[in-house]
Amino acid sequence: MSDIPFPGTGEALPLPVPQEQMAGLLGWLSSVDHKRIGIMYLLTGLVFFGAGGIEALLMRIQLARPVSSFLSPQTFDQVFTMHGTTMIFFVAMPVLTGLANYLIPLMIGASDVAFPRLNSLSLWLLICGGLLLYFSFIAGGAPAAGWFNYAPLSEKPYSSTVGVDYYSLGLLIAGIGSVVAAINLIVTIIKYRAPGLTVRRLPLFVWMVLVTQFLIILALPALNASLVMLLIDRRLNAHFFQPVTGGSAILWQHYFWAFGHPEVYIVILPAFGMISEVIPVFSRKPIFGYEYVAASTVAIGVLSFLVWAHHMFAVGLGHSIDTMFAISSLLIAVPTGVKIFNWIATMWNGAIRFTTAMLFATSFLIVFTIGGLSGVSLAVFPVDWQVTDTYYLVAHLHYVLFGGTVFGVFAGIYYWFPKMTGRMLSEKIGKWHFWTMLIGFNMTFFVMHFLGLMGMTRRVYTYPNLPDWGLLNMISTIGAVIMGISSLLFIWNVWVSRRSGELAGDNPWEAWSLEWATTSPPPVHNFDRIPPIRSRRPLYDLEHPDHPDWKNGH
Amino acid sequence: MDTEAQAIAAVRWDNNKLAMLLFLLSEGTFFAFLIIAYVYYHAISNTGVEAAKVLDPLKAGIYTVFLLSSSFTVWFAEKGLRRGNQKAFRSWLLVTLILGAVFLVGQGREYLHLYGEGVTVSGNIFGTSFFTLTGFHGFHVLLGLIALAVIFVLALKGDFLERHSSAVETVALYWHFVDWIWVVIFSVIYLWAVF
Repeated sequence: MSDIPFPGTGEALPLPVPQEQMAGLLGWLSSVDHKRIGIMYLLTGLVFFGAGGIEALLMRIQLARPVSSFLSPQTFDQVFTMHGTTMIFFVAMPVLTGLANYLIPLMIGASDVAFPRLNSLSLWLLICGGLLLYFSFIAGGAPAAGWFNYAPLSEKPYSSTVGVDYYSLGLLIAGIGSVVAAINLIVTIIKYRAPGLTVRRLPLFVWMVLVTQFLIILALPALNASLVMLLIDRRLNAHFFQPVTGGSAILWQHYFWAFGHPEVYIVILPAFGMISEVIPVFSRKPIFGYEYVAASTVAIGVLSFLVWAHHMFAVGLGHSIDTMFAISSLLIAVPTGVKIFNWIATMWNGAIRFTTAMLFATSFLIVFTIGGLSGVSLAVFPVDWQVTDTYYLVAHLHYVLFGGTVFGVFAGIYYWFPKMTGRMLSEKIGKWHFWTMLIGFNMTFFVMHFLGLMGMTRRVYTYPNLPDWGLLNMISTIGAVIMGISSLLFIWNVWVSRRSGELAGDNPWEAWSLEWATTSPPPVHNFDRIPPIRSRRPLYDLEHPDHPDWKNGH
Repeated sequence: MDTEAQAIAAVRWDNNKLAMLLFLLSEGTFFAFLIIAYVYYHAISNTGVEAAKVLDPLKAGIYTVFLLSSSFTVWFAEKGLRRGNQKAFRSWLLVTLILGAVFLVGQGREYLHLYGEGVTVSGNIFGTSFFTLTGFHGFHVLLGLIALAVIFVLALKGDFLERHSSAVETVALYWHFVDWIWVVIFSVIYLWAVF
């Protein structure tokens, strides 16, 4: 691919070439290059993935046997709170923002984002937020009120350590960073597309990232406002969420989930985008129903703001409100289902290559659908009343967030790692990584459906020796250990392959979008020339001048 | 030098303005949540009674006129710049700064008065929701004043000699936002307390 010269119609770049970078570590830390910032986001996510993973394993060790005393109840509360908070805010968010940062300018044929220095600010705000959150461990105790930090438990009388203060400050700072990054990405996508790259030709990953950034700028303020109110309560003895003095604990729940549910889509939509890039390339077919995949993303984005109270069915908001939110929650299954069928139809009759990326993408379809179906069951509120705050819910959320987001991200990383480093990840270690992850994941979380239906409540540090509970929990713990080993295999793969992996060349997967039109890794300024863009698959047109997409109505 | 129409077109979909619009969309959402909180406590904890007792809508209304007129004066400043009238540009900027500062002084005096009456953030739920909402707005006005002051000083030093400036228009956008979101806040807090 690298030796095919672009025809003379290659377009001039829309941006001036950025300055040369400093060498060494300082060059990385002071970089305003979107590619380096993207990689630093990914590494930040990886470090926190380690921390959140260790917290998960601590919980699973504690729960492996009934009536265990490995962790004290107080420690267990801190560990599950930190696990959830870390994984959502300091793993999912940075990894997805990092991939978007690295890929969006390349995919739209730009030389950087619109505001490179602002981009660096977003990264460091996120890192500082994460460090503040973890500083709580040595400042007097981590937060222990759950990742959604319900009032009044999170108020001073019930959470007297500084943990919740650090939680609030850390998330506030990281949240401001996310809004800044979102604004930057939206302006970039609107203003810096290469000539010919119309909105209807945008790669689907770019589409989904764009919708996600709008969710971020509209949803994060809800979290920021509630965190500010909580901080004012805790530090200035105010009354927002204190029912005794005229405040309202329910308001925290409404506000948190007004952010929290769009947040679920903020961390899943970019993964949908990655799947939408990976599946067509490894099926050797264009995506089936491009317009429907894009439009259903917008539909999900809009609906995500109308379903928040389905997290609050157990509160007792009243029958009509519960019914309304049940209906809107069930509705969201429609655009999501549209996507699943589009991906399956893309694979249908395709010449499928089961690389590690494609294995993760394919298993994503299955495990995410399981999570989606348990989600539909939870949207029916009488079912929710039965299983609320049990391990059934834990199973559901991990099937969508781990089986969805993490599997999607792994597919994306195996797919784009060659572009970032110029070398392929080892397929051999990759296959081991994939199969151990798939087996470990299902062992850990599938049994939780049964435990939840049997009535095992989450967030309780231990459980009595009831029939089968010990066995099922032991299976879950063994699965978690397998996932831990699998994660180490992944890190080993990255470590080994970045130096001695097979050389990738410009376009190892024979893909069709613009990021594959430049070298791997790309130069600081990304592109020397941009190929002409007359369809959704500019590189396909380049390789097939006799029957390009744009002549066939794609 | 380009004409006024060209000056408007030159920065219409400028990066900075687009970013500012998106930022204001986010800020508007943030304020919406604080405003909804105020309204909610007004409804469930009857904070309106306290508001009617301690607030002075007439005084606040006068300061409101100062803030809202500053939205027009900054617009006049932009118009001056576009027409190449540096003197009008700088004078209207100065007027804007003064009007904004008067509003902040008014807010400060109101806070002092309320504090003297024993109305505080920790006193009761009215104080909590009132000071949080108006305080965050005041903080935004202060940031806007700092940005306007920077523009004003740069203008005196001879920047912005072209007929269009992305920086001026972006700061003006922000200033319009803090002015007009106050209309909502003023209505919800002061007018609702009276009517």
